[in-house]
Amino acid sequence: MKKDKLSLNGWIAEAEAQGKSMQEFLLEYNSKELECSEEELLSKMEAMLVVIEDSIKFGLTGVRSHSGLTGGDAKRLLEASEQKQFNNILGDKAKDAMVYAMAVSEANAAMGRIVAAPTAGASGVLPGVFFALKKHYGLSSKVLAEGLVVAGGIGLVIADRASLAGATGGCQAECGSAAAMAAGAAVSMLGGTPAQVGHAVSIVFKNVLGLVCDPVAGLVEVPCIKRNGACALQALAAAELALAGISSFIPADEAIDAMKSVGDLLPCALKETAGGGMASSPTALAWAKKYFAKE
Amino acid sequence: MNIIDIIGPVMIGPSSSHTAGAVRLGLLAAGILGSAPVRAEIHLHGSFAETHKGHGTDMALLAGLMGWLPDDARIPEADRYAAEAGLEYSFAKVDLGSLTHPNTALFKLTAADGSRCEIIGASVGGGQVLVNSIDGFPVELTGKLPAILTVHEDKRGIIALVTSTLANAGVNVATMRVFRSNKGGLASMVIECDEAVPQGIINLIAALQQIHSVRFIASVA
Repeated sequence: MKKDKLSLNGWIAEAEAQGKSMQEFLLEYNSKELECSEEELLSKMEAMLVVIEDSIKFGLTGVRSHSGLTGGDAKRLLEASEQKQFNNILGDKAKDAMVYAMAVSEANAAMGRIVAAPTAGASGVLPGVFFALKKHYGLSSKVLAEGLVVAGGIGLVIADRASLAGATGGCQAECGSAAAMAAGAAVSMLGGTPAQVGHAVSIVFKNVLGLVCDPVAGLVEVPCIKRNGACALQALAAAELALAGISSFIPADEAIDAMKSVGDLLPCALKETAGGGMASSPTALAWAKKYFAKE
Repeated sequence: MNIIDIIGPVMIGPSSSHTAGAVRLGLLAAGILGSAPVRAEIHLHGSFAETHKGHGTDMALLAGLMGWLPDDARIPEADRYAAEAGLEYSFAKVDLGSLTHPNTALFKLTAADGSRCEIIGASVGGGQVLVNSIDGFPVELTGKLPAILTVHEDKRGIIALVTSTLANAGVNVATMRVFRSNKGGLASMVIECDEAVPQGIINLIAALQQIHSVRFIASVA
């Protein structure tokens, strides 16, 4: 007998029928799956938040990667934003989300300790969204931990129906999925309904569909770090739309399935092999040639 | 897969395959040797050979050989710790052919007691690993469960003797693979178990007439 795929829309319908919020529903579902109490699951998530906060701090020290290709940009943006003449086009919430997302992504590139949620390459997106919302909405650790449970639940559905790996589905599956997880979590943490969580997930996939995985020299640096920053913004934008009561015409499950079908159609050159996209630009190829000669 | 796999693991960056997976591959290789090696010749193939410095794959492999876990903050300086611990190591590039997984390492390890082992394994994605050759014998070992590896004569009944020894000891077999070089020649078994196998049981298996050697390999975190 073939096992049914996990369904986010199924969970949303169940949660709404039971009069539960998405975090209540997923906390109950996941603690049952893990055979632990809800308190134990939340304390595991709080432990992850501690690691995430440390990786933000480490990234903001201005770390550089071992290859020397990247580093210091999160710190640069933060310091620039403290200057009077800073062009704060996006506003502080979005700016902070980018600072934290890039800080964790730079910490990852510099061999710092990170939480691979959902993967190491996309490990900046959730920290960016979560810690910007923490700062600006004063969210408690408990609310953030519940938010991670929602993000994890969305990630489970994506992993089951599609993939979270750039090598399988391109960057849309990696940073894109991280953004979808963060968007749904943000909606839930700010009091949105389960249906709004689903809309946020679907909206993110509409906006990241087709994003390729094209790391220069195969390293998790260019364009990954800035893409973590940009995908944090995608998450905030989708959450804002969903919380405003704007719905997505395509249900979340179908949006995830669409992401999978696009991933299947992507050529191998655009799935983490450094065979196309930014990785095959003349500047990238010239840098990679020098870098491999040194190795 | 559960939520802890999605929101985690905690690891040292930058890559689950080239860094966290490389630590686990080193851990599994040391587990197959039976102790932390005092000498390690490491040959890197494919993507491992090309990007090992940028991904810290070399540090990660050394960290694993020293028994560290993928979230150990010392990993970026594993070479310094290895030198201090008296682990003699070298890295070289190798071409194991186009059919070999791009993230493959060949280890030639020597233990403190002089015993040696040659292991080929790959980091196959998401931090998962697969050892596919031990001392020239084809195997499939993931490190997810404790395992027993035998080298034995390909004779009638040997598999039943080994598994009944395990059954009598109350050890449940989770998966089992049998490989042989040629009929009636040398063969090997990889038996993954639900629990660690006590040394006494390993000794009983080692005492079976057709068994040339048997190793217990602990699971890796």
